[in-house]
Amino acid sequence: MIDRLTPRQLAMVSRVCWTLGLSVAAVPFVFPLLWMVSSGFKNAAEIFGSPSIVPREWHWLNFVEVFTYQPFARQYFNSLYISVSVTAITLVVSSLAGYALARLRFAGASLVGLFLVSALMVPEEVTIIPNFFLMKRFGLVDSHLPLILLPVFGPHGIVATFLMRQYFLALPKEVEEAGKMDGLSRFGIWLRIALPMSRPALAAVAIITFLHSWNLFLEPLIFVSSIEKFTLPLALSNFTDPYGTPLWHLQLAATSLSVLPILIVYLIAQRQIIESFALSGVKG
Amino acid sequence: MADEGKTLRTAARERRAPRLTLAMREAMEAWLFISPTVAGFLVFFAGPLVAVVLYSLTEWNLLTQQMTYVGLANYRDALFDNPDFWHVARNSAIFAVGLVPFNMALALALALGLSGRFRGVIFFRTVFFAPVVTSAAAWAIVWKFLLQGESGFVNQILATVGIAGPNWLRDPNWAMFAVIFTRVIKMVGLNMILYIAALQAIPRDYEEAARLEGASGWQVFRWITWPLLGPTTLVIMVITTIGSFKVFDHIYLMTGGGPENGTLVLAFYIYEQGFKFFNVGYASALAILMFAIVMALTVVQLLVRRRDT
Repeated sequence: MIDRLTPRQLAMVSRVCWTLGLSVAAVPFVFPLLWMVSSGFKNAAEIFGSPSIVPREWHWLNFVEVFTYQPFARQYFNSLYISVSVTAITLVVSSLAGYALARLRFAGASLVGLFLVSALMVPEEVTIIPNFFLMKRFGLVDSHLPLILLPVFGPHGIVATFLMRQYFLALPKEVEEAGKMDGLSRFGIWLRIALPMSRPALAAVAIITFLHSWNLFLEPLIFVSSIEKFTLPLALSNFTDPYGTPLWHLQLAATSLSVLPILIVYLIAQRQIIESFALSGVKG
Repeated sequence: MADEGKTLRTAARERRAPRLTLAMREAMEAWLFISPTVAGFLVFFAGPLVAVVLYSLTEWNLLTQQMTYVGLANYRDALFDNPDFWHVARNSAIFAVGLVPFNMALALALALGLSGRFRGVIFFRTVFFAPVVTSAAAWAIVWKFLLQGESGFVNQILATVGIAGPNWLRDPNWAMFAVIFTRVIKMVGLNMILYIAALQAIPRDYEEAARLEGASGWQVFRWITWPLLGPTTLVIMVITTIGSFKVFDHIYLMTGGGPENGTLVLAFYIYEQGFKFFNVGYASALAILMFAIVMALTVVQLLVRRRDT
């Protein structure tokens, strides 16, 4: 049978098998996300009763109850403004430091670089206890400041710095020299020449930083205790009845609301997003 | 070049700061540029790193807010007196030993399948990477639900083919497997794209030349692709291993360290001791031990690799 097939047919058969295999492998990757959204529309009984992906009845009100059960809108806003702040500050801080490490000659440059890299070897869990007491001393526990400061200056910010440095190193020096001739200060060169030429690197840093902050869990858990100050990852598992039993339909509706915007942006800009991670992974 | 430097220097001297040499000026600018990063590094990393060492040598009384120096008692406690540490370290080791090879093998397999150009390749890459951008909290919540006892979705599916699935996250025999599996699915996309990037950087001629010599697909992989992937494999192995020792949110949300402390891993144990029971000194000692383990593993991996090449 097989040897009767022409090479062309054989190639087609193998491609079909290949696609089939990949599709089966893909199930645990996509199904939970589809199922999460569909269950957000179900009531508690149906979630446990039927494995069907299409809800029998569409309980749109779940998505309203999510906002009345706890201050979910507020929590959503917290996540949003914290992630935007972390991203903005990281972009400025890491591109400044990255520029200095790439372009400027100064005593101690390699030492600074070495110190920064060494920080990447240390898990955040190691320094989080002293950081907690540091924040406590300055009255910042149960505020959002630790959630902004620690990611900006932690290992994640260092990865961003090296990503920027690497990109600046690859830029042609001549344009900057020309800027210098035209009387631009060092800061002006950085702002008006180096940064505009590094849009791809800035975009990559912005993407990975935003997602990192949006998805952060340990830091909010430790530093934030009031419900109205929660960020999304903390809020999601907080939809429970007074005995602590999860209210699944609300948890899944809320989870969908927290994940869907990210996934939609991801689907639109998947190439850019995946490349950003590839870039940071190689450097990290 | 020398000329250019000269004109620049005179120009700079004429315009401003007559007493600064160009090099000094550049160094000053550099420190200005890098100062936020260095300050943040000192305050939120270097300082705390020193502090955690000091904390680990003390015992805190939270009521009176008093610190007492106890020498290495916390370490002795962890390593010899309290059996918890070794139990937890063992769990972390099991987690890493289960996760790292599984993750890397799957990442490489997916990358080999998705490094070429064919219709649908972008679609599949997008699919396999999607969990990476999803928050760990969301991922854990959904899987916790799918993996419930009898009414859980996974078990309902298994039941249709006559398999009575366990209560995955409550069964001591299966909980670890379940958290490893869901974690791998969540993170494998990251390693997949690193492998894809490395595979695409390998010149096509190598394979074509080997093919002309009559090499089989396996031989090409074994003797050309795999050795050329070496540096990437090393990077992936190191970051995946470190990542597996840091796992926290996943465990916290899916099993809470249970059942019977079967998934109580190091990062979770540190969190519990430090922030739930406020054994600050002991938790700090644990943090140092965790750091030591991660460092040791990284160094070993680097050394093994160097010997091989």
